[in-house]
Amino acid sequence: MKKPTRKLCPAQTGGAYTDKVIRHFQTPHNYGKMENPDGVGKVGNIVCGDVMWLYVKIGRNAAKKEIVQDIKFETFGCVAAIATSSAITDMAKGKTLEAALKIDKAGIVKELGGLPPVKLHCSVLAADALAEAIYDYYQKKERVIPKDLEEKHQRIAAEKKIIEEKYKDWVDIEEKIQSKRAG
Amino acid sequence: MIIGNHMVKKTTKKAKNSVRRVYMDYAAATPVDPKVAKKVNAALTGVFANSMSFHSYGQAARAVLEESRAILAQMIGAQSREVFFTSSATESNNLAIKGVASANKHKGNHIIISSIEHACIMESAKWLESQGFTVTRLGVDSFGQVNPQDVANAINQSTVMVSVMHANNEIGTIQPIEEIGKICREKNVLFHTDAAQTFGKIPVNVKKMNVDLLTASSQKIYGPKGAALLYVREGVKIDPVIHGGGQESGLRAGTSNVLAIYGFALAALEARRNMARETPRLKKMRDRLQAGILKSIEGSHLNGHPQKRVPNILNVWFEFIEGESLIIQLDLRGIAASTGSACSSAKLAPSHVLIAAGMKPQEAHGSLRLSLGRFSKDSDVDYVLKALPAIIQRLREISPFKKSEETNS
Repeated sequence: MKKPTRKLCPAQTGGAYTDKVIRHFQTPHNYGKMENPDGVGKVGNIVCGDVMWLYVKIGRNAAKKEIVQDIKFETFGCVAAIATSSAITDMAKGKTLEAALKIDKAGIVKELGGLPPVKLHCSVLAADALAEAIYDYYQKKERVIPKDLEEKHQRIAAEKKIIEEKYKDWVDIEEKIQSKRAG
Repeated sequence: MIIGNHMVKKTTKKAKNSVRRVYMDYAAATPVDPKVAKKVNAALTGVFANSMSFHSYGQAARAVLEESRAILAQMIGAQSREVFFTSSATESNNLAIKGVASANKHKGNHIIISSIEHACIMESAKWLESQGFTVTRLGVDSFGQVNPQDVANAINQSTVMVSVMHANNEIGTIQPIEEIGKICREKNVLFHTDAAQTFGKIPVNVKKMNVDLLTASSQKIYGPKGAALLYVREGVKIDPVIHGGGQESGLRAGTSNVLAIYGFALAALEARRNMARETPRLKKMRDRLQAGILKSIEGSHLNGHPQKRVPNILNVWFEFIEGESLIIQLDLRGIAASTGSACSSAKLAPSHVLIAAGMKPQEAHGSLRLSLGRFSKDSDVDYVLKALPAIIQRLREISPFKKSEETNS
């Protein structure tokens, strides 16, 4: 059977998805809620159309270093959002926390064999979700948070605020239309 | 051959395990009717000359062009000299908005449109604003309908035109065009309607509808792409947007796309022949699709007007579903449909139509438009009704949002 591939699947996004993106999307790895996670990272906003929640369980490897022992995701969003979520769980599983924190946008895009330009922000979202999950773990354990991670957390928080501002705009538009309708 | 490789192949009986293909995006584009294709193909090499040429070759092309014009004019209740050919509904709408605004500057600088118009009207109006015109965008009710009283209230001394589409392309809601037209006549304001989604599907008559300008398109009625018309009532002042060699009585320059226009006229004749039979057939299938979806999928809702709607469009939205994922899942099962989700648009903004109808962005993200047409079959409806619930369930399984109270967390 010839599997329907991106040739039959021209996304409306100005660029087609790769076969690997479609594979992750169709059969995502490590999805679902995790019971008693050690850390949770929640990023995105339903108003924009992408929400990613990443759960991590932390263990130790043979060298007694802390590693991402288990990882799961729950994502609401487009094909790219689901595929990047799935890909980052594969990439992070078994890695030391230091190595997991080094997973970035470029790495995820490479893992997926590319993303349409308009969808690149989804790979940022996935890397942010993982950083937030590890941040959450450090905070719960009252660890000293590495400077890089703290900065990342601050940036994500700032961006969250911008998105909430954007949401406010939507409320304004709605009100405008409502009032016009009333008038 | 590159072109051949990109064609979506139809499933043949011989191909085992191949994906069944169901096209449910007729509101976006229609395939050319085989009967139309046959006649256009037969004329493809023969009717080639410039319809402006005086020799017999040119006059043969001219005859095809004028015969097509007469057929289409008669179908919308107009005279031939009131019908102007363009390349697309987008071009017709640009010409209507910009051309009328430009030619009637002495009368005023205010135009009125609805907030659910097609992008080509929205953007043309926005451009006029940049040229010093003022634009009123009328809101719609939750069914996507314009209130004619709002039109009356919005008209002022400097209003030159009103443009409200006949039926909306996303939700299918039909507007009270006759009433709006009557108001515009009383107030001496020109009225344009974009009938791209209705011409060939429901009766379109410029006199009954009280319109001064009307847009209709070939590619929505199983004709070739590259042809559309703008009806301009005799006596209406309008400036060209494309200047040149004086074709289309000087309103639209450029060598006429005679064969596409010929196909447009043939497709219109075919549509008229089929309408009485096709309308109830499509409506029956659409209503079955609607009932089946709303019944079998929890958290599914209808968009648009339940009755005042073109017979072939169904728009629904699903709680906690993102439309692009839904469209691709459907496509992987061979079903072609569309969505108003932000993620599926080049601008990354949710459908302005659904937002204008009062939906929240997160609701618009979960919208699905299924539009039926001439080659839709009952078994297509069965196939979609079978595939859709499992796709929705699967996407919700992956999502962190499962119940409505979790939206705000």
